[in-house]
Amino acid sequence: MSFVSYLIKGVSLGSVYSIIALGYTMVYGIAKMLNFAHGDVIMVGGYVIFTVMSMMGLNPVIAVLISIIFCTLLGVTIERVAYKPLRGASSLAVLITAIGVSYLLQNIALLVFGADTKSFSSVITLPALKLADGALTISGETLVTIPICIIIMVALTIFVKKSRTGRSMLAVSEDKAAAVLMGVNVNKTIAITFAIGSSLAAVASALMFSAYPSLTSTSGSMPGIKAFVAAVFGGIGSIPGAMIGGILLGVIEILSRAYISSQLADAIVFMILILVLLVKPTGILGKKMQEKV
Amino acid sequence: MKQWKVFNQLNKSTRANVITIGVIAIIYVLCQLLIAVGALSNLMQGLLVPLCYYSILAVSLNLTVGILGELSLGHAGFMCIGAFSGAFFSRLTENTITSPWIRFPLAIMIGAIFAALFGGLIGIVVLRLRGDYLAIVTLAFGEIIKNIINVLYIGIDGSGFHFSMKDSLSLGLAKDGDIILNGAKGITGTPNDTTFTIAALFLIVVYLIITNLVNSRSGRAIQAIRDNRIAAESVGIDITKFKILAFTLSAAMAGIAGVLYSHNISTLVATPKNFGYNMSIMILVFVVLGGMGNIRGSIIAAVLLTLLPEYLRFMQDYRMLIYAIVLIVMMIFNWNPACIAWRKNHTIKGTLLSLLKKNRKEA
Repeated sequence: MSFVSYLIKGVSLGSVYSIIALGYTMVYGIAKMLNFAHGDVIMVGGYVIFTVMSMMGLNPVIAVLISIIFCTLLGVTIERVAYKPLRGASSLAVLITAIGVSYLLQNIALLVFGADTKSFSSVITLPALKLADGALTISGETLVTIPICIIIMVALTIFVKKSRTGRSMLAVSEDKAAAVLMGVNVNKTIAITFAIGSSLAAVASALMFSAYPSLTSTSGSMPGIKAFVAAVFGGIGSIPGAMIGGILLGVIEILSRAYISSQLADAIVFMILILVLLVKPTGILGKKMQEKV
Repeated sequence: MKQWKVFNQLNKSTRANVITIGVIAIIYVLCQLLIAVGALSNLMQGLLVPLCYYSILAVSLNLTVGILGELSLGHAGFMCIGAFSGAFFSRLTENTITSPWIRFPLAIMIGAIFAALFGGLIGIVVLRLRGDYLAIVTLAFGEIIKNIINVLYIGIDGSGFHFSMKDSLSLGLAKDGDIILNGAKGITGTPNDTTFTIAALFLIVVYLIITNLVNSRSGRAIQAIRDNRIAAESVGIDITKFKILAFTLSAAMAGIAGVLYSHNISTLVATPKNFGYNMSIMILVFVVLGGMGNIRGSIIAAVLLTLLPEYLRFMQDYRMLIYAIVLIVMMIFNWNPACIAWRKNHTIKGTLLSLLKKNRKEA
């Protein structure tokens, strides 16, 4: 039974990773940049919920909604101010700028909220589910996280495949220049992508900090990196890939933490990533790129 | 005048080397003079050695990122390997080899060799991966190294070495035993052999190795791979060999920087701060800001960006905020197409010339 409960815990953590990984993967697919500041948007989302809930004493649902709006605006602003001027510059230059933005967000949070760890009160009030006479307990956070993740995945896939905006995203990620010729507004599409990615980060932050409640100015960076790994794991640029990668990563992490060593869990996750990439160099669902001379 | 003639007869790269080494030497002498008259604060004195090893790290990463053209986010991992293997050796032989003049060079060699071994290993992985996939593998590698060192316990007693990955008690050491690597508590009591002189000397050595490589046949092959891999392959350049060469060399030099680092502090522990991906990214920032492929630029950027937060200390809590803003603004100023065009029209020389013209017209 403990194995099953670890497995469920892993899927739950993995769901959070996949929601974050979606932000990475979509931005990468469309803007061809690694948005290193994505993890810090999660941290900002956490602080917004924390402020609204414990300082203003508002309802958790309202807090999450405010956080989603705030993060969406933040993501669009970051794109507009820091990344848009660098469109067409080398990808390394954009990467370093993203790192600069990441430092900036962390330090602003440090100045506003101080260096001490804030204890995040869960936004989920659902009671834990006890199965098999109490041998298997599933926490309320898990019960909410997994369905939300599935809903987001399905909605996003339909949005990208069916809607006009979604199809223009696909077009931009396929070939930017050709998309412009077809009348796609590239700048608008990229801005929308950032908006979606950042709002997903806000959702992920609500779920993650409810399950792992310690909040500091750097608590977004490690989940950010792991989600990035998950995105690469599944094949960067692919939406189902982000989901598979995220869930696998979460399950591997929780299982190795439980059965092998809690200190080595991260090392094992990364080791498996390297092995997977050695066998499939573009991730599990990644497209093989044909190189042209 | 005669000396200048000799200088001008040297070929271009040698001249550049002489100038760079000259500048490093002058700065070195200047620092020593300032220390002698007591004009350099303790804080600044403490920064001299870090400046050297940060410069070495930046120069060595420039070999992979700027000259080979592969993005690496795990440079701190190589530094970590160098630091721990070097410190391990020094702690082990502290009582047998008492002269630091023999022990320290050996430690540096061992640090470089161990880091190079891992560099070669990553180099083999690199052959299969491109671009961002490679970046994530190097990042993962750096994190793995840091994590493993934090659970590794190595001790020694009369019967030889004892290893454990659990805790120091399970090493089962005899009474005379000595725990050298104590898991997350790291290595304590490493002799402080690194001095500013040695660090500066190694900076020059590393600089010379890299510039000589870049200007050699191998260096040109490496740059050809960066510019166009397929074209390079078709003219008969052995891609495997040169990629592994570049990775190994770069790792070895990061290892040297690691040894210098570990012999400059009293307690060596692997934390996210000193050997995590943040460190790797910081080195990458040096390289990108200094100009990819520009070795002098790496040193200048490393020095400036290490000093910047120190000089911003008067702003207290705001200093890292300012640092982040400066970083973003510098990147945009450097790379934004509009800014590039503006810079082209407003060079210092051009502005001076136009001012002169204006004056002449008025006259």
